[in-house]
Amino acid sequence: MNMKEKIIDEVKNKLKDKIVDFFRKNDKRYYIEINKQNIIECVKVLFEDFGFRFSTATGIDCENNIEILYHFSYDKTGEIVSLKVKLDKNQPEIESLTKVFSAAEWIEREIWEMVGVNFIGHPNLKHLLLPEDWPEGKYPLREDVI
Amino acid sequence: MKKIIPIGPYHPLQEEPEFFKLYVDGEKVVDIEIEIGYNHRGVEQLSTTKHYDQVTFLVERICGICSTSHPFAYVNAVEDLLGIDIPTRAKYIRSTIGELERLHSHLLWLGLAGHFIGYNTIWMWSWKYRENVCDILEVISGNRQHYSMFKVGGVRKDIPKEIIPQIEKMCDDLVPVVDMFKGAVMDDPVIHARLKGVGVLTKEDAIKYCVVGPTARASGIDIDVRRDDPYAAYGEVQFNVPVLYNGDVFDKAVIRILEMYESIRIIKQCLDKLKKEPEGNIEVKVDFIPPGEGIGRHEAPRGEVFHYIRSDGSNRPVRHKIRAPSYVNIASNKVAAVGQTISDAAITLASVDPCYCCTERTVAIDVNTKKEILTWNDLIKLSQQKTEWIKKHI
Repeated sequence: MNMKEKIIDEVKNKLKDKIVDFFRKNDKRYYIEINKQNIIECVKVLFEDFGFRFSTATGIDCENNIEILYHFSYDKTGEIVSLKVKLDKNQPEIESLTKVFSAAEWIEREIWEMVGVNFIGHPNLKHLLLPEDWPEGKYPLREDVI
Repeated sequence: MKKIIPIGPYHPLQEEPEFFKLYVDGEKVVDIEIEIGYNHRGVEQLSTTKHYDQVTFLVERICGICSTSHPFAYVNAVEDLLGIDIPTRAKYIRSTIGELERLHSHLLWLGLAGHFIGYNTIWMWSWKYRENVCDILEVISGNRQHYSMFKVGGVRKDIPKEIIPQIEKMCDDLVPVVDMFKGAVMDDPVIHARLKGVGVLTKEDAIKYCVVGPTARASGIDIDVRRDDPYAAYGEVQFNVPVLYNGDVFDKAVIRILEMYESIRIIKQCLDKLKKEPEGNIEVKVDFIPPGEGIGRHEAPRGEVFHYIRSDGSNRPVRHKIRAPSYVNIASNKVAAVGQTISDAAITLASVDPCYCCTERTVAIDVNTKKEILTWNDLIKLSQQKTEWIKKHI
């Protein structure tokens, strides 16, 4: 077994029953779906236990729910593991990752203003890219934005 | 008593609008608030309204300095989605362009850094030699910036054998220049006094802020996408990744100078390979993008560029996430600039090489007749004449 398979196997073993869905795109790209209540625990496993680097997060407005993908990079062997959570469209909210690492601060502000996800426990949830007087409840990357 | 010193949004030194609010106690910076968003153009949304080939040109216009970084990461993302391999020649051309860009970008930063600390000689020399790199890029692609070389499945233009000696000569001529800059930075006691121990980003903070590129490598984090997750020709050429451990502005400057040597090394290896490979085979046809997702990265001059693409099988992406390296690097100023004096703030903020767009257009107008002296067509003609001149004389 080479190093490349090893890290993803270790991650799989550690997260075990928290994995809702696992998808291997190729040797370097993996997508793991988890439930939103486990996000902090899973992120801590990746970031603190295995030394993954947080690259960025993507918020996507899908037809029935809102997806957030947290992209983590393992720089020793070059894999990207994307943690996927699906949020209820009527009340999209999830625990903020700012207590685990500071790099989450800006991207969570961006996802909040663009897609309208509330990050619980974020210390400074205000506009990042849009102006301060942007109308409330208008999220530019939502499908139904007028 | 705490006072606030605003830097920006429009600042005489910086070309692009960013707003830094420095909270100071006497001479000392005690806190900093960073506001961005003055240059938000909605590219992610715009990208979902264009088809896959158009997006390459759109993302090229995100940045004027590292203009090839975004198309590089974007085509990597689409090719990751497709699971295709591109011709060897295209791979080496891509890496050549990527490294030429790193050279001119680092030279540009070195000049700006010199300017910020009042060392204008470095500024003028560095930008003088940067011209040679831009000229070579013009010979290859027709443009000094926005080379339009990339497409999904390969590259748009070949590098013909006739111009390879020109590129090699430029690289050879650049080595003594980088030697000179290395000497100017390493041997100058004034620069040591001015930059050492200034704007320190510790390794712990660098990990917390997830910084990338030279900013991370100067703080002892050994990462480089080109080596860690090889793409294009980077898996097939030899190069070193310089890493330093102090995390101050001095180390960030030295890292960039050392990287220029490695870029020259990579370019020369790529050119050797291009000489042997038959010309013409530079792309594979891509007719259809299936539903799925893809992630592409590129080690831009400032660090990892990250692109995520989701396709539903139509000819446009349904979601395109872009993260430039400055997005994480600028945020780390929150720790690097605090505790410094005000006079050190400018160079500390500039030391992560925040991405300023260098493609500004000017209009010259005759004050008496109120007419444009140079029209758009005149400018195009001038540009074409210059390209011809360079081709003849280099």
